[in-house]
Parts: sequence; structure tokens; C-alpha cells
Amino acid sequence: MQSIILAHEVDFAGWREAARRLALDGVPPEQAHFSVGEPDDLFAQGESEPAALQAGGSFSVSRALIELAQTVIQAREPERFDLLYGLVWRAHRGERRITELVTDPGVQRAIRLAQSVRRDTHKMRAFLRFREVCEEDGTRYVAWFEPDHYIVEANADFFVRRFATMVFSILTPYRSVHWTGAELRFAPGADPAQVPDDDALERYWRAYFAAIFNPARLKISAMTSEMPKKYWRNLPEAAAIPELIRTAASRTETMLETKPMPPDDQTPPRRRVAAPKPVADPIQPGSLAALAEAAAGCRRCALWEPATQVVFGEGPEHARMMMVGEQPGDQEDLAGRPFVGPAGQLLDRAIVEAGIDRREVYVTNAVKHFKFEPRGKRRIHAKPDLTEIAACSGWLVEERRAVRPALLVMLGATAARAVLGRTVTISRERSRPMALPDQFGSNAQGLVTVHPSYLLRLPDEDAKRREYAAFVADLKQARALLEDAVPA
Amino acid sequence: MDLLAKLEILADAAKYDASCASSGTEARDSRGKAKGIGSTEGMGICHAYAPDGRCISLLKILLTNFCLYECAYCINRSSSSVRRARFTVDEVVQLTLGFYRRNCIEGLFLSSGIIRSPDYTMEQVIGVARTLRVEHGFRGYIHLKTIPDADPLLLEEAGRWADRLSINVELPTEAALKDYAPEKDMGGIRRSMGRMRQGIDAASERTRPGAARPPRFAPAGQSTQVIVGADPSPDRAILRMSSNLYSSYGLRRVYYSAFSPIPDASAALPLQPAPLLREHRLYQADWLLRFYGFGVEELATDAAGNLDLVHDPKLAWALAHREMFPVDVNTADREALLRVPGLGVKSVDRMLTVRRHQMLRMQDLARLRVSLAKVSPFVVALDHRPAQELDSVRLSQRLAPKPRQLALL
Repeated sequence: MQSIILAHEVDFAGWREAARRLALDGVPPEQAHFSVGEPDDLFAQGESEPAALQAGGSFSVSRALIELAQTVIQAREPERFDLLYGLVWRAHRGERRITELVTDPGVQRAIRLAQSVRRDTHKMRAFLRFREVCEEDGTRYVAWFEPDHYIVEANADFFVRRFATMVFSILTPYRSVHWTGAELRFAPGADPAQVPDDDALERYWRAYFAAIFNPARLKISAMTSEMPKKYWRNLPEAAAIPELIRTAASRTETMLETKPMPPDDQTPPRRRVAAPKPVADPIQPGSLAALAEAAAGCRRCALWEPATQVVFGEGPEHARMMMVGEQPGDQEDLAGRPFVGPAGQLLDRAIVEAGIDRREVYVTNAVKHFKFEPRGKRRIHAKPDLTEIAACSGWLVEERRAVRPALLVMLGATAARAVLGRTVTISRERSRPMALPDQFGSNAQGLVTVHPSYLLRLPDEDAKRREYAAFVADLKQARALLEDAVPA
Repeated sequence: MDLLAKLEILADAAKYDASCASSGTEARDSRGKAKGIGSTEGMGICHAYAPDGRCISLLKILLTNFCLYECAYCINRSSSSVRRARFTVDEVVQLTLGFYRRNCIEGLFLSSGIIRSPDYTMEQVIGVARTLRVEHGFRGYIHLKTIPDADPLLLEEAGRWADRLSINVELPTEAALKDYAPEKDMGGIRRSMGRMRQGIDAASERTRPGAARPPRFAPAGQSTQVIVGADPSPDRAILRMSSNLYSSYGLRRVYYSAFSPIPDASAALPLQPAPLLREHRLYQADWLLRFYGFGVEELATDAAGNLDLVHDPKLAWALAHREMFPVDVNTADREALLRVPGLGVKSVDRMLTVRRHQMLRMQDLARLRVSLAKVSPFVVALDHRPAQELDSVRLSQRLAPKPRQLALL
């Protein structure tokens, strides 16, 4: 039997060194026993023997096993060193991914210990309370805490990261930590009498704790499962708990029995809230600004409810070219402006390439609310159906009446459907100028092409390039058509 | 009025907001810094628990409970006879720092009644955050409640100082909001949420080397709260709203708050509190939507569109879809395993890891701390096949929680 004496309870370096040596020497776990030296000589400054480091080379184990060991070594469990050596031994003997065997009794035991250490660590960060002490050379913050495990050393850095600019001391039964504002020092355990009694602000903290509690929702077990009673004696607010519990029922009762305020004309009527129905007031002709304002409250179909807002058309009042898309997308819905998302950016690029000035184009959509399916953290575009296109078509009619474009470019099938009132096969009708029915006393022409989002959806790069070129060609054709047309 | 009395009033006024999260923000700390205090490391910390079982992580207070609005469900509505108070900016700053230094809190959650105007109110709230960050180098967590339709520039500044921003939708439908909160409007709330998502997305976009970094904006994202049971909306309407908000604005969380009686209640409200169990079921369903691949229409399927109060939503779904079971724990994919009652995301992932090395027996599930009583009717393992249970009409009864003995008063 080999006996290894470690320097102190969390002597990870010592354990690691010994474990490596033992495994290389072929000492099976049953033949090795670890213990911690008496007295706990963390302060003896005894560095580990350099000779041990060279003994017989080294071998590697998985990062996950090292991390597990660093946590487990903090557990208040005398057998932990042996348990961990058993895992190292097995890893060395070929079980390389031993930490993944979470149902193996040894691994499971280590995982349970690690969980317990992590919980204790978390509770220390949560339930430790500092008290302010005025000393000659400034203010010191002092805390008393009773951890279940040997977690103080590993946890000290958390408090330094958080309270680096304070001078503080954390006292526990087995170890103390002192931070000077620049330097961390460990010392032996302390006793609670070394912590000052009270702090003026604790009265405020207790008052806050009492006031934030809702007596109508008393749920004691939910509190004690997360904040077990063993922590209460060091928590200033815990003193308020018994009284809060005792009076909760009567406070709630009083609240329920107090007569409600008489309804005044400000209070809403109690009625069943029915799903609001789509409203279809007739659309009045008007300026673009007036139309946009009226459309903001549009409820002519059900698309208004899940959407953020109406996305109305945008551009000069008397643009000679109008482009109609399908519907706003995710980005347009958020921004409240048409063609600002990926498809809009592609359109912008193509417009520039075709030699068109976007500032002179009025851009809008056939449907003015975004239709989508929620899918986790994203919204998936859904195609508007005929009733939605029809419900929205009145707005497009009024936009055309207000702008009176000489050329109307229809981007994709939905736009073509909305403008022409029939089903259009893009591949058959694209790039072919057509006369539009003369509704508003102008001789407008129409041109059908693809929607830019179609280009984004194409899977292969060749097709993308080809189709993009065709799209730009269509836009160039649109520009040429305008140049030929007599200005209105 | 002294500070203690103000604190009591303005904490009491804030307690109906369920959110107290302090997680999910960027990592910051004070090591090596000349001034300032605080750190955030991703995981939030609950520094205390009140007897209502709720975590106390932040100093959650109102700047003032004076309010111009008349929202029926709110204790601070203008017609309420509740005692009123108002903190100065400095008072909130000193309380926050004082509690923080004593390790009582992770930071501040500041909200406010609407005074003078939405923009004015927003400026006051931002003033506290700015003072904490700039003058005192506070690196703890800040959650600010934003006011719908406040000036976009104010929203931008709020996002610069805050870790999290939130606007409460309060009620699940626009019609309900109109009835109960006449000054609020769903469109305005949603436009603000949209703006916040744009800010959050822009700030988290990876920039090309050399390009200017986008302005910091609410690294812990946005959240919202909805009150359950103040209006007659069924669970399905609430969950549809949640799934819409998660997908539209990338919310980190939707909080559900069972309507709880408030002192000096408006007559427009129900007299009795909504059952806390309903709130709990909504949280469970919300989890199923976000992490388990369920859709709203698969849940809340009773005639009125509510969740089953007897069984949890996953079990209720499984009982209604027995043809999908039993699931073989050794061969099923992750998606199918996640639908087994009694298996959580963690256990499923651990099972998948262990499966690479060995076949699973029931004993292995027990070692993963899975409740065998819960899963056994629904799974096949190397040494287990459910008996005729899945066909039994009594299965539903057997899996219902035991009625709790009533306590004598």
C-alpha cells in the first residue's frame, strides 16, 4: 500500500503529481491511499518536490477529467482523492473518454460530488453578506460564511473580480481570505465573533425584502428548497421571514374583502374580450401621406394582428416608375419601410447596375403586412393568399392613383396578380412590356419580372449569376421604356 | 418622507413584475480597474428568496409610483388610493451601490410610473443608469423598463447603459389591452420591441476587422411580461402571443404573472386570483415551445383552448398521442426522446452521450436521475418494455398527482 500525504484539503497540484507518478508506476487504485497532512500546512510554503516531477515522464488525460477533478477535490469527502485516482488510473489504462460514462458508479459518484461543490459555490456567491466596518485607514467589508465544502480558495477570485476596488475579508470556519485592494491573502479559519454585529443598511435591506414579497403568493417550500434554513442565520433579511409567513394569509384576506373601488367612467366595462374582427372601411383617395396614415390602422384582413406594423410604399409623389413587390419581410416589418432587408439590398444593387436612380422610384408592396409563421426565434415568410391580396389591393389602387407612374414594374407573381387581377406565370410573361388598363387617365405601361427574393433562394451560384443578370436586364429594359415614353 | 418609507412603497409597487433575471449578459469585471465596482459572468445569481418562492436577484423598484395612466390591473393606476412616493436619482444610485457592496444584489431593475410624459419618464429612468455607469463605474447588471413609443434616441441611450430592456405587453390581445389599459397601445409596444430587436441585432453583429464597433445595446436582450387571468383570454391566445413575440423580436423570456389581487382593486377586475397552477402550466408550455420542439397548436387543446391543469402539458400531449409511444431509448432520435414525459433536455443529452458507449437499461436512467415511475409507461429500454399500460384508460389517472391533504386552518 502506498500512502500519499497531501499538503492541504485542496492540494490539487500535490494530488495530480502523485496520481501521475502512481499511474506510471502501475500502482492500482486499491494499492494507493491519499490523505491530508496534519496540521493543515497550507502556510508551510512547502513546494512540491521537483524530483517527483521528473519521475518517469508523463501521460495525458482528457481536459474534462482534469476539470472534474479540480471541482471534486473541493468536496468535503475524505475519499475523494482515491476516487479521482481511480478515474485517472482507468483513463490511463485506455478508458480515454471516461467522463462520458455518466452511468458508471465511480464516474457518477464524482459527478455528484462536483454538482454538490458547484451548488455550494453558487450559494456562497449568493448568500454571503458583507458588513461595512470603518477602520482607521478606511472602510473594510467583512463577511462570515459557512460553506459545506472546501470552496473558499477556488471562490476567492470571484469576489476579487467583483469587489476589486473594496478592501474585504471573508471569514469561514476553515479558511479566511483577505483582499487589500491589490493583494489576496489566505489565513486559517476564524470565528463569527470577529464579524461586526450590524450595519446601518441592513435595516433597509430587510425592509426591501419584506416589501418585495407578495403575500397572495405564499409558497414556502419554493423558498426553502433554494434557500435552506441552514443559511438563514447569516442572512440579515431572514429575520423577517417568520412574520411575513404568519401574516400572509390575513393580509391577503383583508385585500380580497376590501370593497373594490366603484367603477367610474374611466374603468372599462367587464365584458368578454372577443377576437377583434377585420374592419373594412372604404378606402378614400388621398395624398400619399394621407393614405399611409389611413393604412396604419388597416384591418381589412387578419394579417394586421401578428405583424408589427403596416409597411406602406415609399418614394416621390410623382415618380415615373413604380415598383411593386409581394409583401414586407422580417426586416421591413421591424423598420416600417419597404425593401430594407436582404431582398431590398439586392434590389438596390440591381437598380444601380441598371442605371436607375432609386430616389426617383416609388417602391411598394402588393400586401402591406408581413405574413409569417413563427418558428422558434425566427419568422418564416408565408405567401399571402388571394383574399389577403384582394383585401389589400385597394391601397395599391390608391397609390397608383396618387403617383400615376408611367411604368409599373411588377416584381414576382403576387405583385403581378395584384396589379393585373389574374394569375401570371412569370417565366412566360417577364420582359414583355404591356399596356395597363387605363384607370386613371394615364397611358401606363407594365413590366413583369422576378422578385429579388427569388434570386436569394436559388441554391447554386451559376443559376444565381445567370438569374441576377436577367433581372438587371429587365430593369435596364424598364429604364429604356421610360426614356422612350413621353413624360406625362 | 424618509428613505426607508420610500423604499417600502416603491418596492411594494414593483413586486408585481415577475422578472428578476440577471443572466445572459456580457462578461465584465473590476479587476485591475482604478474605480468602479461590479462584475457579470453570464450566469445570474439569486441572492435571496422571498416566502413567495421568488428569486431576489436585483433591487427591483419603481423610480416613482405616481402615474398618469389608468391600467385596471395595476396597483399604481392614477385613480388608486395607494401611497405615492418618488425617489431622487441619487437615492436610487446610493441604494443600489450600498446593497451591491454588501453582496445583496446583482444590480438594479428600474421601472417607473408615467409622469408628465413618456419621454420625460424615460429620461429620468435613463438618468439613474447613466449616473451608475458613468459616475460610479458600476459594472453590475441593469435592467430598465422602457416606455412604449418613447423617442428612439432615448431607447438608444437606454440600450447603451442597460444589460436588459423590457416592455410589458401586460395582456395577450390588443382588444384586452384596449379594455384594461386605455392609454397603452399594442402597436406602440410592438414597434418599440421591433426597434429594440434591431438595436440588439446590430450590436451583436460581428464586425469586420478595422470597422467601427456598433454601439453597445442591451447585451442581455429584451423580455416582457403578461398578466394571466385578469382578462378572459385562454392559454392558447397567450401562447400564440408568446410564440409570436419570441419569433418576431427574439425575446429572451416571456414572463407569466398570475393575476394576483391588489389592494384597492378596480371593479373591472375579477375578485379572485388566477390559480398559480395556471401560471405554472404556461411556463411549462413556454419551455416546450422553446426547447422541446412543440408547436402552440399541439398544446392547449381543450375545448376552451386552455392547458390541462391536472397533467403537465407534455404528459397531457403524450396521453393524447399514445400511438407515438413507447419510444426506444436506445434508438430514438433526440426529437422523439424530448417528447417523452419525464425526460428533460439535460437527461436526453446525457442519454445520447452514454448511448455512444453502451446500451441503456432502466437502472442507467435512474442513475441519470430520471423518474422511472414517470417514464416507464412510455419507453422501451434494454431490460424494459411497458406492460399493457399505454392502452389502459387508467393511465391518465395513475399519472395524475396525488391530491394533497388539506391543511387545517
